[in-house]
Amino acid sequence: MRDVAIISVAQTPSRRAVTELNEVEMLMPAVHRALDQVDMTIDDIGFTCSGSTDYLAGMAFSFVSTLDGVGPWPPIQESHVEMDGAWALYEAWVKLQLGEIDTALVYAYAKSSPGDLPMVLSRQLDPITLGPLWPDSVSLAALQARALLDAGRATEADLAEVAARSRRAALDNPNAQLAWDRPAADVLAEDYHVAPLRRSDCPPITDAACAVVLAADGAARERVERPAWIRGIDHRVEPIHLGLRDLTVSESTRIAAGKAGVADGRVDVAELHAPFTHQELILREAIGLGDDVVVNPSGGALCANPMMTAGLIRLGEVATRISAGAADRGVAHATSGPCLQQNLVCVLEGEG
Amino acid sequence: MVDVQLPESLRDVEPVRSVRTPAQLDYTFTAGDATTRFLTGITQKRIIGQQAPGGRVYVPPRGADPELGQPTPIEVEVAQVGTVTSFCVVNLQFYGSVMEIPYVSALILLDGADLSIMHLIQEVPADEVRIGMRVEAVWRDDADIEPTLESIKWFRPNGEPDDPDVRIPGEGRGTGLGSWIGGVAPTEAVVRNPRTGEGGEA
Repeated sequence: MRDVAIISVAQTPSRRAVTELNEVEMLMPAVHRALDQVDMTIDDIGFTCSGSTDYLAGMAFSFVSTLDGVGPWPPIQESHVEMDGAWALYEAWVKLQLGEIDTALVYAYAKSSPGDLPMVLSRQLDPITLGPLWPDSVSLAALQARALLDAGRATEADLAEVAARSRRAALDNPNAQLAWDRPAADVLAEDYHVAPLRRSDCPPITDAACAVVLAADGAARERVERPAWIRGIDHRVEPIHLGLRDLTVSESTRIAAGKAGVADGRVDVAELHAPFTHQELILREAIGLGDDVVVNPSGGALCANPMMTAGLIRLGEVATRISAGAADRGVAHATSGPCLQQNLVCVLEGEG
Repeated sequence: MVDVQLPESLRDVEPVRSVRTPAQLDYTFTAGDATTRFLTGITQKRIIGQQAPGGRVYVPPRGADPELGQPTPIEVEVAQVGTVTSFCVVNLQFYGSVMEIPYVSALILLDGADLSIMHLIQEVPADEVRIGMRVEAVWRDDADIEPTLESIKWFRPNGEPDDPDVRIPGEGRGTGLGSWIGGVAPTEAVVRNPRTGEGGEA
């Protein structure tokens, strides 16, 4: 395997609705800053890969117009995934493994605000038996939370603790959308939003963008002092039919974490893409994280949940901490689909 | 084929061969900064393109120069006359269209712009429209001007002689529709990099 590292990360501030900019205008500052930070331009990039979805923009081939912000001329090597940017990063990592290029630009963005997001997300379900029922994403998450509570593996107080801890951590995150310092008891006092979930158990709706630069071997070392090396990365998907899965566990995350080598060393920090509080508990167990691991110091997806982007941000948050010397080894996780259907796990490590 | 055994109660029912599952989603579309500025110009009956420093003039602007990969903060008012670079005669009634057929939809390169806009050609028989024809904008009545390109009702011939040298913008650089340069696909070897000035022939 070729050594590949995240060498630069940039995000735009997360907001409920970015109404004064279109997608490419919102994305450009992140792409430009990610390149500027390592003194690069698109002409230094071997491969560009992005993650977004037309269902959020409400138009076909919407990613083509955001590519304008990159400067794809003369023609560049480029690809797009209709998925979270974490999977765009995976594709770029595979491309770098082929050895023909040394650098890659990965970005993701979403304006989640133009449509009715929980309804838009229902379109990713099986179109014959489930889609026509229009089950919204929050209700499906609530079904999963109910299953976890009924299995006796968590209490509503446990969920409230995750909600309170995440929003408190977000106070230190300049890109956070939702940050506050209130005890878990306050969360428990809230009315149910979609039982058993309270509003604080759910993520905000977010417009934002994120861009990351990857580099291999020497190309990484010559540009930054402490690259965040990708030591393992793997992703797995579970069946589309929710009835075929045990929603209280995340088997795909468990397998991906094993393949990525999470257990091969100490974990200083973990950023888990858990949009709903109960999902963090399921993911911690699936990845096998001990109680000593700092989880979601950024506040996680509970403080900002830009669709197609929050997973890539998790990789970026871990990489940033490693490059800054605040952590030596970390785990980043990204999810896609309803109730943690598809999961990606990445182990990142610093040197020296 | 897998041998599927249906339960007794379903043995004699008619098989489901297809289902219809209609879906509708409503979106609140925001124009963004560049298009807002463009549409504000339209309400003043001005056509305002945008460019990045050193870049081309884009009409209508979307906020980014795709050659330079940069924002387009510079506003450049372009002419309300231009040249037909391509067109098609529409002989089919589209659902929702109020146009009387046949009518002509054309790409029009406004003087001072580097990108064609698409609009209607009227006040001339469809079979007389041609590439190179000079046309001018026909606006709605002042009271009906709104922030939409439909505030221009259509374009019509303005009587100037045809431009015999008109090209699809970017054709010579390989950026035109399907245009290759000297029979070669537009790659770095034949296209000059507009950011670095390196490579290419054009």
